[in-house]
This record gives sequence, structure tokens and C-alpha cells, in this order.
Amino acid sequence: MGKFIIVIMVIIITVGLLASGFSINNDLRTTRNKIDSAASIAAFMKVYDVLMSPRCINCHPAGDIPLQGDDSHLHTMSPIRGKDGKGVYAMKCSNCHQPTNSPGLNTPPGNPKWALPPADMKMVFEGKSPRDLALQIMDYKRNGHKNKAQLIEHARDTLVKAGWNMGEGRKPPPLPYEEFVAAWDEWISKGGVAPNN
Amino acid sequence: MIKVNINKKDYELDIDPETPLLWVLRDTIGLVGTKYGCGVAQCGACVVHLNGQAVRSCVTKVSRAVGQKVVTIEGLSENNDHPLQKAWVDLDVVQCGYCQAGQIMSAAVLLRENKNPTEKDIENAMEGNICRCGTYLRIKKAIHLAAEMQRKGSK
Repeated sequence: MGKFIIVIMVIIITVGLLASGFSINNDLRTTRNKIDSAASIAAFMKVYDVLMSPRCINCHPAGDIPLQGDDSHLHTMSPIRGKDGKGVYAMKCSNCHQPTNSPGLNTPPGNPKWALPPADMKMVFEGKSPRDLALQIMDYKRNGHKNKAQLIEHARDTLVKAGWNMGEGRKPPPLPYEEFVAAWDEWISKGGVAPNN
Repeated sequence: MIKVNINKKDYELDIDPETPLLWVLRDTIGLVGTKYGCGVAQCGACVVHLNGQAVRSCVTKVSRAVGQKVVTIEGLSENNDHPLQKAWVDLDVVQCGYCQAGQIMSAAVLLRENKNPTEKDIENAMEGNICRCGTYLRIKKAIHLAAEMQRKGSK
């Protein structure tokens, strides 16, 4: 009788844990079940302000030449994207952009991953409406093949985070990094909903 | 101590790892072919090869070169006979000459990666090397000539 009670208890506990979202896979299922369009869109609009700031669009340009500066002018020297996004020949990003920021006003900012998106998936931000950008980011075929969990993780990427540490003479994005990550997570976890326009 | 290989020679240097590679080359080692132009990676006068890539030595800390291979204009060829150097002489490219070491080092990366560059390829590769004398047309012509020499088997 005692053993029977223990088995029943184990079954109850196991079912309880699974129902509460214990597994990683279930996290994604749970997020899908909690779509809150209004909250998701409100969070995205905060994200959009950041993604449209020079610190983000300068390396997500509409053309094949990166942008530069707080006014997002075409990068001096006209370096081009190249197949892998890392430039071409003697004009590769890492020839000037070091693993860390260079000292001094408006000197090349640095990061070991410095690059544009690759030529076969340009992930353009420049000129995109909130709706178009939200749809692009949530589209596995246009977002660098990222699922929701990988998108959430992407906000923690060191190159993304570097947008808030771009060296002297450059304005940071309009939201503090922690608030951006919170808005990003909320947008995605509440459905990754795109605004109407 | 900082260990660096420059032009196939090993060096052990007692130097601040934050020091720009340019100053190590010029002031510590005495290789003055590489020039200081702007100091902020804008002009290309200081280009050297770091593991074959055309880095700007004015913003490249020597710590990035630790254990790596650096090649300067002095080490580009054994007898100053790289096709680019020969073409530069043949076409009398140089005016004042200050930027030319950087120009040649950048062009050398282009010719290693593209044996038959088009005008556009040359422009894409050389956009970051400024010449205040305006020798761009001769530079372009010399790169074409060097590419031809290279294809025909000239060293």
C-alpha cells in the first residue's frame, strides 16, 4: 500500500512539473499560448527606436556600404560588404576595427565580431517601417535563421551589446541596454507581434 | 616580454602591449618604411600585413600581433622584386612617395586574393589608401601591370 502511494505521488509531481512549464521546449509553447498583442507591440516600439538608432542601422544599411556617425552618412572610404559581410581585399572591417575600441574621439570602434550581415542575408534595418522590421526579425528565413530562443539570446550578443559602448563621440541608442533587453524579451515572449504600420 | 615575428624574424620586446604596432616597427625595430599618416586608420599610409591581412598599424596594438606574423614593406619581397614593386618602378608611380608603402601593401593583398582584378576590384581594394599627390591613375595602372606580371610568372 505504501509503495502504491509513493508511485501515485511521483506521478502527480511529474505531471505537475511538466504542466508548470518545467522543460525548455515547453517554455516556447507557453510563450505562444500567452500572446498579448498590445503589450507585445508596445514593447516592440521601444525596440524599434533602438534598432533605428545610428548604433544599429549603421551596420544594417540598405546598400552594401556601411553607414557612419550619428548622422548615418556613408562610411568614408566606401568599404563594401563582401560575401561574408566582413569586407574585401585590403578593405576588411578588422583591418581598422580592432577587437576593442581605439582611444580618441571618433576613432574606429572595435569588437572581435565587427561585420555587416552577409550578402546572402542582408537583414536591412535602414528605411524599414516598424511593421516591416518586426516581420523581418520574426521571419526565420530573413533573420539569420534564428528561432525565438535564439532571438532572445541575440540581444545578449557581445556585438549587439557593443552598441552601448561605441567609443568617444558617438551617442548611445535611446534606451539603456537593460531596458532594451527587457523590451526585446517582452516583445518576443508576448508573441513577437508586428504593428499595423 | 612581447614576442612578435616581423619579416620572418623573431623579436622579444620589452614594451607596453598597448603600444601601436606602427611605433614598435618604426621606433623600436627601426623599420621606417611604414609611414605615420593620420593615426586614426583613415589614410592607409601605415598598412602592414598581419597574417596576410592589410591592417592599419597605427590603430593595431602590438598585443594583437603577439605570436602572429607581421610583414612590412621591407619584407614584402627578398630583393624588392615583388611584381607590384617592379610595376611601380616601371611606371614611375611615385610623386612624393609618402603613401606608397601603404598603397603597395594594400595592393599586395588584392593581388594575392584576385589574380586578375577589374577596375572596380582595384577601387574596392584601394579606397582606403589616400594619396595627396593624386597618383591614383598611375597606381591603378601599376596594379594592372603587376597582375599581368604575376600571371605571366614574374616573381
